Formats: sequence, structure tokens, C-alpha cells
Amino acid sequence: MRNTFIKILMEQAEIDNRIMIITPDLGFSVLEPFGKKFPNRLINAGIAEQNAIGIASGLALSGMVVYVYSIIPFVTMRCYEQIRVDVAYLNANVRLVGVGAGLSYGPAGATHHALEDISLMRSLPNMTVCCPGDPIEVRDLVRSSFTHEGPMYIRLGKNGETCIHDENQHIELGQAVTVRDYGDSEAVLITTSNTFHLALEWVDQWKNEEGINVMLVSMPTIKPFDNKKIIELIDLSIPIFTLEEHTVIGGLGTTVAEVIAEYGKPVQFKRIGIPDVFTHVVGDQHYLRKELGIVKPKLN
Amino acid sequence: MNEIEKLYSIRKSILNMMHYSKSSHIGSCLSIVEILYVLYFKVLRVDPDSPIDPARDKFILSKGHGSAALYATLAERGFFSKKYLDEFYVNGGRLPGHLDMSAVPGIEVSSGSLGHGLSIGAGMAIANKLAKSEARVFVLVGDGECNEGSIWEAAMFSSHHLLDNLTVIIDYNKLQGFGETNEVVNQKSIINRWQAFGWETYEINGHESKEIYTALNKKQLAPKAIIAHTIKGKGISFMENKLEWHYKSPNEEQLNRALIELGDFQ
Repeated sequence: MRNTFIKILMEQAEIDNRIMIITPDLGFSVLEPFGKKFPNRLINAGIAEQNAIGIASGLALSGMVVYVYSIIPFVTMRCYEQIRVDVAYLNANVRLVGVGAGLSYGPAGATHHALEDISLMRSLPNMTVCCPGDPIEVRDLVRSSFTHEGPMYIRLGKNGETCIHDENQHIELGQAVTVRDYGDSEAVLITTSNTFHLALEWVDQWKNEEGINVMLVSMPTIKPFDNKKIIELIDLSIPIFTLEEHTVIGGLGTTVAEVIAEYGKPVQFKRIGIPDVFTHVVGDQHYLRKELGIVKPKLN
Repeated sequence: MNEIEKLYSIRKSILNMMHYSKSSHIGSCLSIVEILYVLYFKVLRVDPDSPIDPARDKFILSKGHGSAALYATLAERGFFSKKYLDEFYVNGGRLPGHLDMSAVPGIEVSSGSLGHGLSIGAGMAIANKLAKSEARVFVLVGDGECNEGSIWEAAMFSSHHLLDNLTVIIDYNKLQGFGETNEVVNQKSIINRWQAFGWETYEINGHESKEIYTALNKKQLAPKAIIAHTIKGKGISFMENKLEWHYKSPNEEQLNRALIELGDFQ
């Protein structure tokens, strides 16, 4: 996802000299090509995230479109109040690009896990929240960020994710994408961000091993949220599951729950996500998912 | 109107705004009146008829609780009607207690949380350089505000990038929330600190227009920090250097007394 992001951004930077990147000294081996090509438009602000956000805001208020790139906790939480005031309140064209969604940095420890970011970002007025799950979703959402007015948060996984969508698929900002639909589905699984591949794996296993058809819906944008799609799913009257590598408080599951609650029609619903804890277990993403209860639910 | 009359008029507006809205921070407003006057009437290349001209100089009031002083100065300079000043800090009013750039023309950046303005100003200074613009950026911060770590992040950044189009003015009025600035967190070496961070520094009397003007207009090769010694509550004898006027607003009797004093001042 990182490489897709930088590739798409560089294509645009060729023709749009408003595009800039600010990094608080992260992105080694990712950002260099951009810096080489556009030396005046990459600024390493040093390890000082609050200042980096302010600088980005000042540039954006002067007409630039500024991408601030770092690991998620540092580009969202370390400087949250700067984001709230200098970016969201001022409605500046700043894009916060965070890498390491969820447990991507697994064994690095809890400081590097990104489990509360969606919740924090979606509660800010003016903020658009993008959580792409494969390189095609990254490609199209990053493209939408070139012309979008106002701030955006773009949550990236790590590197090496394969494409799930077909290359010709077009991902629209704010819209859900149905990835598997068997017509007679017995349940629906909604996912976002870096659990997209795991969700697809589960859906394929349910079908191939247990003969259960489960619809798969990807939600690459959390805000604005595709409420209409959720209402369509509620009307199918089949169980709804959400899957995310994020605390169950305030992320995808909560957002879906809000729609269900206000629509008022009873439906079986279950959030699968990270419980409300800091983990002290050491392990990679795959290991920690199991430890923290991201396991395929039984459908029968 | 001459300079003395303008300064009088701005102070009078501030007193009235604070009295009618019963709001705080009158001392913080009165300490920066001369600085704002010199900026808006002598230094900044701004045009009230074209407030977002891309070639304009920019001023950020980072200590957003001094908002009434900026509103009063902008109105005096003709950015909007002085009638709007009656709409400060009241239900349904136009002007919030801390600055909102969408409220009236002339406000470059909303503020109200301390330690933000210098970073934004540095970003604007970089943008001016990228655009090969000669325009300058000025940021006014409080001395108490310099407790914020983000100020020093911005200070490091700006000197590293040799932002010779950026000036910070420190309103060194020596009082903050709980008392004397230097008793809360000692800043007696404030000028050495800015020097050590690579800034060109000047120490001036922040109530002397000529000193302010000279320091603001000195040619610079790096970012410039002007330590302006000021008096909180300046111009009103019973408010000067009194912490309580960080919080209190003048009642009818105090307002009248203050206005009479300002008359003498005129």
C-alpha cells in the first residue's frame, strides 16, 4: 500500500505543483524517490509532529495540498490537537497519511499499534476518513484526495498487500463495495482497511469448507459513511458481522451499529475487532490477531 | 486621526467590548495595542479592500485570547465596520472570544489554543518562498505561551530553513495564568533561548512605536524574534501589572474611570 500511495502521488505531482509531502522523519526508503524528483516539495520536519501539522496547515492555507506521512499513532495521536485546530477547524487541504494500520507493527509493541485512530479521526468535523484495504482502493482514494476539498485521513497497512479488486474496478470516495455476493447469502461480513484479505479468506473458507454463502462488503471510506448500503443489508434480514483491526469502540463496528440503531429494524449483529485493552503480548500481526480474538466466528 | 488618537480609539474599543461582554483577558489585549497598531498601520502590506490578496503580508495572533485587540485594530484599519465590535462574545454575535478566521475579513488564522501559530506561520513562510513571493509573515506569541513545546519545535525548524521572511514577536508582559511568568516557569533567559535556536533577536519596549517599527523593519538573514517588553493592562493605571485583570472585566464604574484615564492619555 505504501508503494502504491507514493507511486500514485508522484504521478500527480508531475502535473500538479501544489502537491507536497511533510514527514516527521519517517518513511525511509519510501519517500526518497519523491524527494529526488521534487526536492522543494518534500520537507523533513524532524521528529516533531505537532510542528509538522502546523507547517502543513500553513502551506495548505497558502494553496498547497499537503500530505503528512508517518506511522499512524504519531501522525494522528501525538499531534491530535494540532489536527483538530490547524487542520479540521481551519478546513485545510491537509492529508494525514498513516502507515501501519492495526497490528501491522505487531512485535514492535503497543506504542506502534494503531487501534484507536479511526475513532479519533471520524469524530472530527470536516475530516474525511479513508481506510483502503488493497492497492486498488489505495489508488482510487489517493486519486480522490487530489481534488477533494478539506482534510482527509488515509489509513494504510504496510507493504506487499496484493490486489483483491480487479484493476478495472473503480472505488468511489464514500461508497461501499460488494466484493462477494452469492444472491442467497446467509450472512454478511463488512470489513475495512487491513482486514480485507482476512475477510476474503473467511468468506472463501465458509463457502468452500462449510458450504455457507456469506456476502462480503468492503468499506474503504468510514467518513462519509455509506449508510445507504448498510440499510440495504439490514433489509436482507440476515446476520451482519463487522471485522476490523481497530478497537471495537468507535470504528467500523460502531459506525455500522449507529446506522442499525437509528434505522430501528432488528437484525442480528456482531462486531469483531480489538477488545478495549492494551496488549502486552509479543508477536507478529498474525499471532496477535488470534491472541486478541480476531477469529472467524461460527455461523451455525 | 493621528497615532495617539488611533491608539486611544483601539483601547477604548477593547474596554467597551470587555465591559459589555463581561469577558476575560483585557490585560492581555492592552499589552499588545502598540504592536498591533504598528503592524497594521505602518508595516504590513495589507489592503482592507482586498483582504486575501495572494501577495499580502500575513499576521497571526497566536495568543488568541488577545482577540479583542485584533478585532479592534482590524476595525480601526477598515477591514470591517466598528459596529461589529458590539457583537463580541455575546449570544448570536459575530466575533467569538478566540479568533475565528471565518468570522470577519482580515483574520489570517483562527486561534485559541496556545503554541499553534508559529508553526502555521512557518508553513506560510515556506509557501512564500516556494512561490518566490517577497511577502512576510509575522506571528505574535505570549511569553506564557512559550511554555508550549510546539513553539520550540517551530523555532528549531524555522532557523534550520533560514526563514528570513518570518518574524515572531513575543509579548513579554511577564504575567500568566497563576502569576509571574518567571515564577511559573522561569524565562529570564528568553532572549538567549531564541538566539540559541538560531534566531536574530531584538529586545525592545513594546509600547514605543518607533522601537517596534525599527525592529520589525530591520533586514534579516534568518528568522527574527522580537522580545517586546510590555505591561499587562497597559494604559489603565489600576489594571497595569495586575494578574486579576487576566480574568476580570471592567464594571460600569471601572469602565468610566478607565475611559477618563485614556482621555488623559490622549
